[in-house]
Amino acid sequence: MTSFDLATVLPEVILAAYAMLALLVGVYTGKDRLTGVLTWATAAVFVGVAAYIGFAMGGAASAGFGGLIVDDAFARFAKVAILLSSAVVLVMAQDYMARAELDRFEYPILIALAVVGMMVMVSAADLMTLYMGLELQSLALYVITALRRDSVKSTEAGLKYFVLGALSSGLLLYGASLVYGYAGSTNFAAIMAAAGTESAPIGLLIGMVFVLAGMAFKVSAAPFHMWTPDVYEGAPTPITAFLATAPKIAAMALIARVVQDAFGGVIRDWSQVLAALSVASMFLGAIAAIGQRDIKRLMAYSSIAHMGFALMGLAAGTALGVQAMLVYMAIYVIMNIGTFAFILSLQRGGQAVTDIAGLNQFAKSEPLKALAVLVLMFSLAGVPPMLGFWGKFGVLLAAYEAGMAWLALAGAVASVIGSFYYLRIIYFMYFGADVAPATSRMSAVQWAVFIAASIAVVAGTINLFGLEGPATAAVEALLG
Amino acid sequence: MNNLLSLITFTPAVAALILALFLRGNDAGAQRNAKVLALLATSISFAASLLLLVGFDPANTAMQFVEEAPWIMGLTYKMGVDGISLPFVLLTTFLMPLTILSTWAVTDRVKDYMIAFLLLETMILGVFCALDLVLFYLFFEAGLIPMFLIIGIWGGANRIYAAFKFFLYTFLGSVLMLVAMVGMFVMASTTDIPTLMAFDFPAEPMTVLGITLAGGVQTLLFLAFLASFAVKMPMWPVHTWLPDAHVQAPTAGSVLLAAVLLKMGGYGFLRFSLPMFPAGAAEMTTIILWMSAIAIVYTSLVALVQTDMKKLIAYSSVAHMGYVTMGIFAANQQGVDGAMFQMISHGFISGALFLCVGVIYDRMHTREIDAYGGLVSRMPAYALVFMFFTMANVGLPGTSGFVGEFLTLMGIFQVNTWVAVVATSGVILSAAYALWLYRRVTFGALVKESLKSITDMSRRERAIFAPLIIMTLLLGVYPAAVTDLIGPSVAALVTDYAASVPQLAEAATH
Repeated sequence: MTSFDLATVLPEVILAAYAMLALLVGVYTGKDRLTGVLTWATAAVFVGVAAYIGFAMGGAASAGFGGLIVDDAFARFAKVAILLSSAVVLVMAQDYMARAELDRFEYPILIALAVVGMMVMVSAADLMTLYMGLELQSLALYVITALRRDSVKSTEAGLKYFVLGALSSGLLLYGASLVYGYAGSTNFAAIMAAAGTESAPIGLLIGMVFVLAGMAFKVSAAPFHMWTPDVYEGAPTPITAFLATAPKIAAMALIARVVQDAFGGVIRDWSQVLAALSVASMFLGAIAAIGQRDIKRLMAYSSIAHMGFALMGLAAGTALGVQAMLVYMAIYVIMNIGTFAFILSLQRGGQAVTDIAGLNQFAKSEPLKALAVLVLMFSLAGVPPMLGFWGKFGVLLAAYEAGMAWLALAGAVASVIGSFYYLRIIYFMYFGADVAPATSRMSAVQWAVFIAASIAVVAGTINLFGLEGPATAAVEALLG
Repeated sequence: MNNLLSLITFTPAVAALILALFLRGNDAGAQRNAKVLALLATSISFAASLLLLVGFDPANTAMQFVEEAPWIMGLTYKMGVDGISLPFVLLTTFLMPLTILSTWAVTDRVKDYMIAFLLLETMILGVFCALDLVLFYLFFEAGLIPMFLIIGIWGGANRIYAAFKFFLYTFLGSVLMLVAMVGMFVMASTTDIPTLMAFDFPAEPMTVLGITLAGGVQTLLFLAFLASFAVKMPMWPVHTWLPDAHVQAPTAGSVLLAAVLLKMGGYGFLRFSLPMFPAGAAEMTTIILWMSAIAIVYTSLVALVQTDMKKLIAYSSVAHMGYVTMGIFAANQQGVDGAMFQMISHGFISGALFLCVGVIYDRMHTREIDAYGGLVSRMPAYALVFMFFTMANVGLPGTSGFVGEFLTLMGIFQVNTWVAVVATSGVILSAAYALWLYRRVTFGALVKESLKSITDMSRRERAIFAPLIIMTLLLGVYPAAVTDLIGPSVAALVTDYAASVPQLAEAATH
C-alpha cells in the first residue's frame, strides 16, 4: 500500500476515523446529552470533507488498491452532493429530533457511517468495493430507520427495510457472482473487456440484470419500490428526509458507474432495461400518489417518479444523458430538502402532523411559508420557470437525442398525471376548508434551509448555479 | 434602449417582488398601496410599450428590438418583436392597467391578488416577446401558475373544479408541445425561433403505428403544437375548460383570460405552426377549417341556451376564436390579417363584455340572466355601454368586430367556399344570442324588487370603459391602424408559406 493509494481514499478515511472517535467520545462521556454537539460536529466534518474534495482534490482520475477504488471528477461530484445534502439534513432536523426525544448520540454517527458507505459506492471500480459500500450504507440506514424503538411503525419500517434490503443484496450478489463467472474478474475494466462491444455473453447479461435489479431496489425504482412508502411513512421524519436525498444520489451514481464503466460497451443491452424501469417508475409514482393522504407516503411516491425521470437520463446511454441525470439529482435533492424542512415543522398541539388535510388554509396563517411550499410543489411538478422543469427538460432532451422519443413522450404524460397531487397540496393550502389547520414551528436553521431551497428553485433558472460545468467534467471522467 | 423589451416584460414582476417582500399588513391603507403600486407598474409597462410603437418599423419584417444573452443548457435568452407579436404586446400592456382598475373593489387578499396579476402580465408579455423556443415555453407554461391561483382563490363557488380543469387541460397540451420542442432542438441543433422558421424540417411521408403520415415529421410536430394551441385557443372540441374557467374566475381574471390569454394560441399558430411546419399545416388545413366552422355554429347555438351571463360570453368567445383559426388557416393575406385583427378586436370587446357583467355582478352578486331585467331605467349609462359592446360583439359595421369577421370570411371564401358558407351563418347566430341577452338583461319592465335600488356606473367604472370604447370605434372606422402595422409581416408569412407548400408537395411525389 503506497501513500498514493491512501490519498485516493483520504476523505473516506477521515470520515470513518471521525465516526469511530465520535462514538468513543459519545460512549465514555455525555452520551445523549452530546447529541446536539455531535450533530453539528458531524455536519461540520461533512462540509469540511466536501470542501476538501471540491477544492483540493482536482485533477485527473486516480485508482487505488489495485483498481478496487477510483477517484475521478464523477465520484467527486457525487460525493460533494452527498456530503452537503447530508449536512443540511442533519442540522435542519436537529430541533425535531430533540422535540421528539429522538436525540440519541448514535444518530449522527450512524449517518456518518452511512455517508462513508455512499462515498465508497460512488468510488467503486470493482464489484467487491461496490458491495462493501452498499452494505455499509444500508446497515446504518436499517438501524436509524428503527430509531424510534418504542414505536410499532418505526420498528416495522426498519424490519421491512432490512428484509427487503437483504433480498436486494442477495439479488445483487447473485448477479455479481454470475458476472464474475463469465468475465473472470470483478474489476469493472476487466468486465468491460469481457463484455465486448457487440453483445455481451448471455450469462454476463443475466448477471448484469440481477445487479441492476439489486441497485434498482436502492433507488426505489418500480417494480422494486415496494418498501419505499412504508419505510418513508414509518421512519421518523428526519430519517425519511435523509433517505430521500443522499442515498438516492449515491445509488443513482452507482448505477451510472456500473452501466458505463463495466458495461459501457454494450449500451443496447442495458438501456432497454433502464428505460423499462424508468417508465414503470414514472407512471407508478404518478398514479399511486393520487390517493395518498399522508404527506410522507406521498413524498415516497413522488421520489419513485423522480427516480424514473433520472433513470430516463441514464437509459439514453449518452454523455448528455449522464449529465442530465446528475443535474436532475442535484435539483431533486434541493427540492426535497426544502419540502422536508417544511414537513418536519408541521404540528398540531405539539404532535407531528403528516396528514395532507392538516394543511387546510395554511396560506392564511402563514403566507410566506405557504408561498415557499407552493414554489417547491410547482418545481416538483416540473412547471417552469422552477428548477424542476430544467431537470425534466435535460432528461427529455437526452432521451430524445438517443432516439427514444417514445420514452420522452411517456415522461411528459407521466409528469402531467403527477402534477395533480402536487396541485392538491397547493389546493389544501390555498383553497381548502378552514378546519383544524396544523401549525408550523421551525427552528432558525430549518427556516433558513426551507426558504433558501425555495428561493433556489426559482433563482436557479438564471444559470443553474453553474452546475453544468462540474456535471460535464464528471461525465467526461466517467465516459472518457 | 437595448433592453426595452425586457424592461416592459419584467417591470410588473419587479413590482410583484416588491409587494411580496415589503408590503406588510392587510388594512385599508396597505390594500390601497398594493393596488396603486400595481397600477403604477402596469402603467409604466404600457408607457414603455408605446416607445416600441414609436420606434417600430412596420416595413421591416425581421425581428426588431432584439436582445440576446447566453443562457443555460445551450439556450439563449432572446427577445424581439415583429409585426405579428407587437400588437399583442400593446394589447396586453393596454389592458393590464384597466384590469387592475377593475379590481379596485376587491378586499380579499388584495396583496396576493395583485402579485398574481403582475406575474401573469410578465408571463404573457414574455410569451409574445420570446425568440427562443424554450424561453417561449417557459413563459407559456409559467402563466398557468398565477391563473390557477386566481381562479382557485378568488373564483366562484365551483372554483376548485375549474382551477384543476384549467391547469391539467392546458398542462397536458403543453407537455406534448415540449416534447416536440425537444425534438426540434435535436433536429435543428438550435432553439432560435427566427432560425427555426427558416429551417426545413423533414416532410417525407413516414409510417407511425401502421398509419402512413403525409408530411412526415412536420405533421407530427404540427400535431404536438396543435395539442397545446388548440387547448389554449380554445378550439372545438377541446374548449370545454373555458366556460368553466370563465364562470368561476373573478371578473378581472375573466377579462385577462378572454382578452389576452386566449390569444397565445393564435399567436402560436402564426409564430410556429405555419412558418415552421408548412407541410404539416397543409396536411391538416381542411380538418382545422371544418373544426373552426363547427366551433362557430355549434358554440353559438350553445350560447343561445345559457342561463349564466359569463358562460354565454365564454361560448361567444369560442365562436369568435373559430373565426381566428379559420382566418389563419386560410393562409392568405386577408385571412391572416383578419385573424390578427379579430384577435386584437376581441381583446377589447370580450374584455369589455366581461367587465360589463362584472359591473352588475358587483352589485347583485349573481350572474343569472333571469335575475335581471329592465336595467335601462335605473342604469342608463350602463345600458348604453353594454349595448355598444353587444353590437361590437355581433360585428356591427363601424366597430372593430365587423372588420375582423369580414376579413376572415373574405379570406376563407377564396379557399373553401363551403366552410365560408357555414361560418357566415354564425354571424346571424351571434346576433341572435347577443341581442337576446341584451334584451333580457336591460329591457322590459323593472319588476324585480332587488333591482329597485341598483345604482348606475361609478366614475371609476366609466373611466375603465372609456378607453375600450375609443379603441373599438377607432379600429372600426380606421382599421389601417392595425393592418399597416401587421401587413408586411403577415405578407412575408403568407408568401413564405405559399412558397414552401407546393414545393414540399412536389418533393413528396418524387
